[in-house]
Amino acid sequence: MSATTAEHAVEHAVEHAHDAHSHVPPYHVQLKSNRMGLWLFFISEIFLFGALFAARFYLWHVPGVGQTRPELSQELGLLATTVLLVSSYFVFRGETAMEHGDRSRFLNSYMMAALLGLVFFVAVVVMEWNVFGLEGSIAGIELFGHLGIDDGVYAGVFYAMTGMHALHVITGVLLLLFVWNRGRKGDYSPERHWGVEGCALYWHYVDVVWVFFYPALYLIGTPWH
Amino acid sequence: MNFIRNLLLGLWYILTSSYIKGLIGQALFTFLGFQFLNLLLPDNLSEFSLMIGAIIGVIGFLLFAGVLTDWLLWIGGKETPLKHGAREGRPEWTRYLGPDVNHKVIGIQYGYTSLFVLLVGGLFALIFRLELAQPGMQLLDYQQYNTLFSAHGIVMIVSILLGVGAMLNYLVPLMIGASDMSFPRLNAFSYWVSIPAIVLVLTGMAVGGWDTGWVGYPTLSLVGPLGTMFFLLGFYINGISSIAGSINVLVTTATLRAPGMSLFRMPIFVWAALATSLIQFTATQTIAVALTLNLLERATGLVFFNPAQGGDPLLYQHLFWFYSHPVVYVFVLPGLGIISELLPVFARKPLFGYKWIALSSLGIALVGFLVWAHHMFVAGMSDTLRIVFMISTLFVAIPTGVKFFSWVATLWEGKIELSTPMLFVLGAISVFLIGGITGPILGTVPTDLHLHDSYWVVGHFHATMFGGFIFPFFAGLYYWYPKITGHMYKEALGKLHFWLMVPGFWVMSFGQMSAGIMGMNRRYADYDPALGIETQQVLVTLAAFVIGWSVLIMIYNFIASARTEPVVSMNPWGSRSPEWQIPSPAPEFNYDVPFEVVGDPYDYGLDKPYIRFQVVAGD
Ligand SMILES: [Cu+2]
Repeated sequence: MSATTAEHAVEHAVEHAHDAHSHVPPYHVQLKSNRMGLWLFFISEIFLFGALFAARFYLWHVPGVGQTRPELSQELGLLATTVLLVSSYFVFRGETAMEHGDRSRFLNSYMMAALLGLVFFVAVVVMEWNVFGLEGSIAGIELFGHLGIDDGVYAGVFYAMTGMHALHVITGVLLLLFVWNRGRKGDYSPERHWGVEGCALYWHYVDVVWVFFYPALYLIGTPWH
Repeated sequence: MNFIRNLLLGLWYILTSSYIKGLIGQALFTFLGFQFLNLLLPDNLSEFSLMIGAIIGVIGFLLFAGVLTDWLLWIGGKETPLKHGAREGRPEWTRYLGPDVNHKVIGIQYGYTSLFVLLVGGLFALIFRLELAQPGMQLLDYQQYNTLFSAHGIVMIVSILLGVGAMLNYLVPLMIGASDMSFPRLNAFSYWVSIPAIVLVLTGMAVGGWDTGWVGYPTLSLVGPLGTMFFLLGFYINGISSIAGSINVLVTTATLRAPGMSLFRMPIFVWAALATSLIQFTATQTIAVALTLNLLERATGLVFFNPAQGGDPLLYQHLFWFYSHPVVYVFVLPGLGIISELLPVFARKPLFGYKWIALSSLGIALVGFLVWAHHMFVAGMSDTLRIVFMISTLFVAIPTGVKFFSWVATLWEGKIELSTPMLFVLGAISVFLIGGITGPILGTVPTDLHLHDSYWVVGHFHATMFGGFIFPFFAGLYYWYPKITGHMYKEALGKLHFWLMVPGFWVMSFGQMSAGIMGMNRRYADYDPALGIETQQVLVTLAAFVIGWSVLIMIYNFIASARTEPVVSMNPWGSRSPEWQIPSPAPEFNYDVPFEVVGDPYDYGLDKPYIRFQVVAGD
């Protein structure tokens, strides 16, 4: 029976007591785990954003009319979307720089991406949500949104979707800054930079979510009020 | 003197444990967060301020408990290697008082928390069962009754999720030959974040309670007392634990299996763990959305569900059941996995149809996603949807049936040994069969129209939960008790527990279903004596008390045996599974000598090895 050989092996194990270090998975295994974990998290989040997406098509459907949407500032939506897409480019640029060992280019790109992320956040929360109740315009284009909390399901869905996304944007900005800070202190190398890679993946993901949210909120359906 | 000194020292460790520190942090941060936001925001948003305050309170708990310390240091640019063992100069048991990264410690933390929460939820049930024993109101008023049955539901669900976490965390790394989970810190976080969630739910009972049941349907949830908000938020926070924990299990199983352990050579419980985690890490997000929208509508006045303002309450039900039907399989799949795991050991025969059982777990998980609206047959859904969901629901019987046939075939002509774990496995099969047979009647539209919201549903649901989770969980606790503690439990007390609890459950189950058929509504605090169901109600209440006492016997057994009973041999059950081939309790890193899989896991009675330990270098 195998039991006797097993007991034999265990007795030997006690003699060859191993230290904690030998039980840590090697870097390439941990890297594989990290990547898989992050991708599983993305799949998980598809259900979060997907449920919000479904709620939008459920609640903004008016019988006899079809899909509708609130009247939003097209200029603001376009601005926010452009800013976010450009930030994704900078994250890509920074990650590639780290792969080639160009630390200052990596640091500058990540800082730039974080700033653009903040601009997006401001465009959504301060301008589109207009939490401070401001007014103003440039060249006839209104700078602040009009959707109020009492605009029924239009306000509900719009705030829920942009709010959940903005929460992810802010998390992403913080991650970018954390990684930037560690990079500034000399962490990461072309061979080992999971923090840089994971953060970039996350940022692209948040970006892709917006690529679906933007048309759902700003383009699909007839304006309705 | 020494004894008193140790006692005081022990008390000091408990008073300064992360549980206590966390609670202080939660209270403090909730208070400060609420006060700050309340100053900032207009008066009509005070519930919103409290809600955000409570979320800040959860962060306070985690900060004070030390769960976030390593991550904060990492952000600051420091390296934080994993620490193992108790703090220097402290006894081993103090590891359980704080965020430890070892999967076995975390598994045990999940386990005792689950049992504690089970007792709390059980106590709630006993109180309102006393009320229901007679018609008329004797003990409680309506609001108290509503709060108790609602809290019973959600508290038990949290207990079961913790129990699932206990089994998955303790067993999966051991069974696949890993030294720990892939993300040990995230693992500790998953456990610790569930504690403030429980605190929130219990707080809800203290601040007005709530009357929505565990489902929290709007529009009732929109107008209910303040307790509703705490309940919804606690439910939400607990989901974070589920998602993080399940991703950890999936990645661990994918990357850290021993050499030679192909998917179809994994212990069968690991398949159940995989299927359960697949549901948990996806479906939990949709209830997060349902709860978020519900909370927002309550606290801010945004509209999603209130039809008076253009919302649609059915949307909540869809989002809710898209999680809450599959989550039933999160509960039962690990339980069914334990049944499949233990049967061959105690029948001394190979598991019949290993591949079929493995795939049926995935099948149940998959079909589970396509049936959610069978909870909404009377909610005003279209007829077409009713038919579609009726058909998909009846399909669940196929993968479940596969498991039953395989179990019976495994038992067939086996040399069956009736020790406590095996008794509970057989009890579980009998009770799960009751749950299984009473299910299709509810999944079929014409019969459901009559039985919906009756006590029949209560009977069916408790049979699936006890058969699919509680009894297999207890079987697992008895079976792995020697592994966890190094001691054997008292067999006589284990058998007494079984002979009280399983027949007690049969009585309770038939009593509930019979009362349901005769017209007893679920969730009602009172009933008309003319229904003629007083006998059933008394029987159900008595049975509930028998079940409650029997669980206390088990807990006494576990506490007493850990000190008094003799140390067990390495493999008391003669199991082929890897975790029984090493000393008990398992060493800090499980396998000091790595093993390799060379055969199939369940070839009992055949002379073919499953694993072979690798030769130690330098021998
Ligand atoms: Cu269901």
